[in-house]
Amino acid sequence: MATKDTSDAPQGRRDQDEAEVVDQPTPTDIKERQEKLSEDVDAILDEIDDVLEENAEDFVRSFVQKGGQ
Amino acid sequence: MSVRRVMGIETEYGVSAPESPGANPMLLSSQVVNAYAASGTDPRRTRWDFEEENPLRDARGFEVARDHVDPAALTDEDLGLANLILTNGARLYVDHAHPEYSSPEVTNPRDAVLWDKAGEVVMARAARLAGRVPGLSRINLYKNNTDNKGASYGCHENYLMRRSTPFASIVRHLTPFLVTRQVITGAGRVGLGQDGRGHGFQVSSRADFFEVEVGLETTLKRPIINTRDEPHADPERYRRLHVILGDANLAEVATYLKTGMTALVLAMIEDGFLTEDLGLEHAVAELHQVSHDSSLRHLVTLRDGRRLRAVSVQTEYLAQARKYVEDRYGTDADEATRDVLDRWESVLTRLDAEPMSLAGELDWVTKLELLEGYRSRDGLGWDSPRLALVDLQYSDVRPDKGLYQLLAARGRTVRIVEPTEIQAAVDHPPTDTRAYFRGRCMAQYPRDVAAASWDSVIFDLAGQDSLQRVPTLEPLRGTQEHVGALLDRCPTAQELLTALSRP
Repeated sequence: MATKDTSDAPQGRRDQDEAEVVDQPTPTDIKERQEKLSEDVDAILDEIDDVLEENAEDFVRSFVQKGGQ
Repeated sequence: MSVRRVMGIETEYGVSAPESPGANPMLLSSQVVNAYAASGTDPRRTRWDFEEENPLRDARGFEVARDHVDPAALTDEDLGLANLILTNGARLYVDHAHPEYSSPEVTNPRDAVLWDKAGEVVMARAARLAGRVPGLSRINLYKNNTDNKGASYGCHENYLMRRSTPFASIVRHLTPFLVTRQVITGAGRVGLGQDGRGHGFQVSSRADFFEVEVGLETTLKRPIINTRDEPHADPERYRRLHVILGDANLAEVATYLKTGMTALVLAMIEDGFLTEDLGLEHAVAELHQVSHDSSLRHLVTLRDGRRLRAVSVQTEYLAQARKYVEDRYGTDADEATRDVLDRWESVLTRLDAEPMSLAGELDWVTKLELLEGYRSRDGLGWDSPRLALVDLQYSDVRPDKGLYQLLAARGRTVRIVEPTEIQAAVDHPPTDTRAYFRGRCMAQYPRDVAAASWDSVIFDLAGQDSLQRVPTLEPLRGTQEHVGALLDRCPTAQELLTALSRP
């Protein structure tokens, strides 16, 4: 068990993160990436529209909790 | 120590029955737990063993008289509410007016993520089963922290610490860390103030509910540092640090870093490594202000007069942690510790340069990206009920309704653990803590376990007059290595107890 999390650690992701630390993105990179992201987000919003609960206002209003810890 | 430490996460889930507004939340919570019980392997409805619980003992060294506290603080009085011990070593029960999943004890951040995500699966299954019971209405569960009408419920982390560490140094060095770590661990929230009446977005879903710096309470006047001292282990050797400040996270990277960074800071505190005082002039006010500034530009004021961004305070802690690990382990530092340090650095660097690139890794950024998407597409203001609904539904545990679950299924989130591992963790305990013994006993001898708790398993064997209590006070005993073979060769509880009573 002592070595379990080493062997299972997602190596690929880590390398990618390190690369990003080294290569600071330029402002143009950021702008392009953000444009790409927002197209992407629009696609996911369309999907979310289909699963959002009906009648947002009533639904949110009726979500009442008792306090916990 | 490194990021390796005995730890666990306990989460109270929001509960509602949309078709029966006004339904009693304790009843709904019981229905959820009971539905899970009815489907499971615990026919006996094992009770919780309260013998070792001392929720009123204070880490500062005194005990609070019972009649001086809010009745809600009396968690050890068995209210007869539903309680289950799962085969993965977790506890599923009703706490106050919420169903709660307390993860089994784990030893590292990655396993903390695994058994925390398993809790989401347990809750989703429990709600689904409850909805199928004839006569009961559909019950929804949310892994969030507030109803935006003034009520808050918690996601607490527990860390086992050396008893010898002075509590004052925990308070001194942990407070600035906890106040600023929300830029990484925040779940995001639509609404400002406890009742959410202010319009806007904030980084943390929990920050506004904290009112004092240090204290014993968890339900009123919540403190940044909670002093509950109930180690569930040998009190001479250990204390259990109960961190009640954190948000309930869906994002795996957020939970991973939350537990990993905190474990590193605690290791440095235990070893007396932190000498620089990052103490804040007004910790509670800064907690709120850091949360209310998603541009991350707010400057917190230190007692020594310095003014720093929350990201900069975190960068200080990271630099200390790197130095500490280098100093103690050099190149021998374990992979898990190095991974936490690298991810912590990567996240801080991007929070500085390009925060929105952390969508899919941090909850508040993931949520904010969706909200900003709606705002620009549909021209919505922060007072729009639709945005409040996106906030709420982000944390719905159902795979087909929960927005985080949807994003994860579409590959839009960064995973720390594989879905197949999460499924396995629903039924199986960690192998390297006493949760292994507890979980395997529940799987193997469900009819013979009368009660259990973090530090005991109590057997009621046919033909025996008295109950037999097996104490499990040492969290790192009862592991697969210690008892795996023993459990394998004892098909009955009687055989297990006979084997255990041999000298």
